[in-house]
Amino acid sequence: MAHSPTGLLPDRRRHDNTIYYEHVLIVCLLYVVLGQAWNLVGGYAGQWSLGHAAFFGLGAYTSTLLLLRANVSPWLGMVAGGLVAAAIACAIAFPCFKLRTHYFAMATLAIGETVRVLFLAFDWTGGANGLVLPVQRIPSTRDMLWADKEPYLLIILVMAIAMTLVIVQVERSRLGIYLRAINQDEEAAARLGIDPRRYKLAALAGSAFITGMTGTFYAQYTTYIDPFSVMPPMLSVRMVLVPVFGGHGTVAGPIIGAFALIPLSEAVRVFWGGRGIGIDQVVYGAIIVGLTLWMPGGVVALWRRRRRARLVPRVA
Amino acid sequence: MTTVLLVDDVHASYGRFDVLRGLSLRVAAGELVAVLGPNGAGKSTLLKTVAGFLTPRQGSIQLDGEEIGGLRPPALLRKGVAYVMQRSSLFPRMTIQENLELGAYVRKTTAEVRQDIERVLALFPRLAERRQQRAEGLSGGERRMLEIGRGLLLRPRLLLLDEPTMGLAPLVMDLIFDKILEVRAAGTTVVMVEQNARRALEVSDRAYVLEQGQTRVEGRGEDLLASEAVRRAYLGSGVAGR
Repeated sequence: MAHSPTGLLPDRRRHDNTIYYEHVLIVCLLYVVLGQAWNLVGGYAGQWSLGHAAFFGLGAYTSTLLLLRANVSPWLGMVAGGLVAAAIACAIAFPCFKLRTHYFAMATLAIGETVRVLFLAFDWTGGANGLVLPVQRIPSTRDMLWADKEPYLLIILVMAIAMTLVIVQVERSRLGIYLRAINQDEEAAARLGIDPRRYKLAALAGSAFITGMTGTFYAQYTTYIDPFSVMPPMLSVRMVLVPVFGGHGTVAGPIIGAFALIPLSEAVRVFWGGRGIGIDQVVYGAIIVGLTLWMPGGVVALWRRRRRARLVPRVA
Repeated sequence: MTTVLLVDDVHASYGRFDVLRGLSLRVAAGELVAVLGPNGAGKSTLLKTVAGFLTPRQGSIQLDGEEIGGLRPPALLRKGVAYVMQRSSLFPRMTIQENLELGAYVRKTTAEVRQDIERVLALFPRLAERRQQRAEGLSGGERRMLEIGRGLLLRPRLLLLDEPTMGLAPLVMDLIFDKILEVRAAGTTVVMVEQNARRALEVSDRAYVLEQGQTRVEGRGEDLLASEAVRRAYLGSGVAGR
């Protein structure tokens, strides 16, 4: 591809909106991955984490710091980021899994915020100034940096498909049955010899690992990270809202949720720009209220209910 | 006859308060033994202690001559102590089949488990017809059967039932007692805690009446039923009964 004189931007003066649509698609797929990752621990194991942004940020910071300080390729940094997020998740799990339902959610919310504030305060992470990825090396496959959107689109598409297949596998496996059993009645599961902490820990660690890897991808895609962009509380909320809207504890849920909700935020940005900040959050708030009132179980449950209603003849 | 369960001078407590205070009993192989007594006598506590959910502070519990006091519940499951607790412990949004599979968690050999599921379903034909349905759609009696069936999955040496007929209609109650008799007839040793003392005494081989954490009366079901003293003390004065 030909490049502009600076070598930074592709010299391709498109008059259509392809680049914009590619961006929206990338963000949607990003949320498919994040939604599936949250689904594993929140949907199947029933542990509602409201602090997943911390794992996302940890992944982004780990790979970026490795790249900037030690020149480690982000392809490796991605795995490292996932591992760091999973390790922190395990450390969090020990005190937090003693808490049930709302208390677990509140604890993870607090931990998510704590990690963000810590990254603001640390000097070695760039503090509030954030970190800039080595954009002067664009394009570089080794550094996972490109000026075009297509390579990113390909990576996140592969991640979304892989993650969805993993969830399909989990649902069919013993692990899926154990997680659902723990979700429905933890004490009864324990009485059958199933150790709830072991499986909840596995689900949380796996979820954090994928979320951390996705954080790396995001850092590479935006080429700049700071605690506000990779660990905002709103990110945690969206990670919950996407699977819950579609139907948590189902494979299709996060996919439906991501493609229904994420374009909304992007549309708000286009129509109102900076003045529109917060409008999508108002809409999300309304969606949460609507979900609670009319469709617990999300779109998938709604669809299943309708189908059942059609299949079962009404008894007079 | 060989002794399956021997409980000897067991003390167990929740916190500082002793519920079992030197309780002893003996259950022989193939027996159906009822444990009766007023509220707070320690009936459920006895089962929880034998199943490993409480550790005896003092005394000995033996299964086939082997000391099992203080072992954890999964270890006891593997040794053949199945425990069906008082409250419902089914997974409502899972199918009957899945509920049964989960009962075999501590055993990994799937072929054997599949065989045992068929064996259990043969005992409860009403569950077999509906194996792919969710447990939440079952009636109270069917739920109980599923729980007992799940307890039987591991081919237990000893089946502990905590109030298996609680909250059931009289007709359904009879059905459950019939099933328990079938289980006993198939060779499983059963210890059951019951509120419905009269029916429990009718179906069981022997019974223990507990009071304040100790064994007060022990004897054959029909003898206890006939004993005026037991009747008056523990079964209420409605002698005419059912």
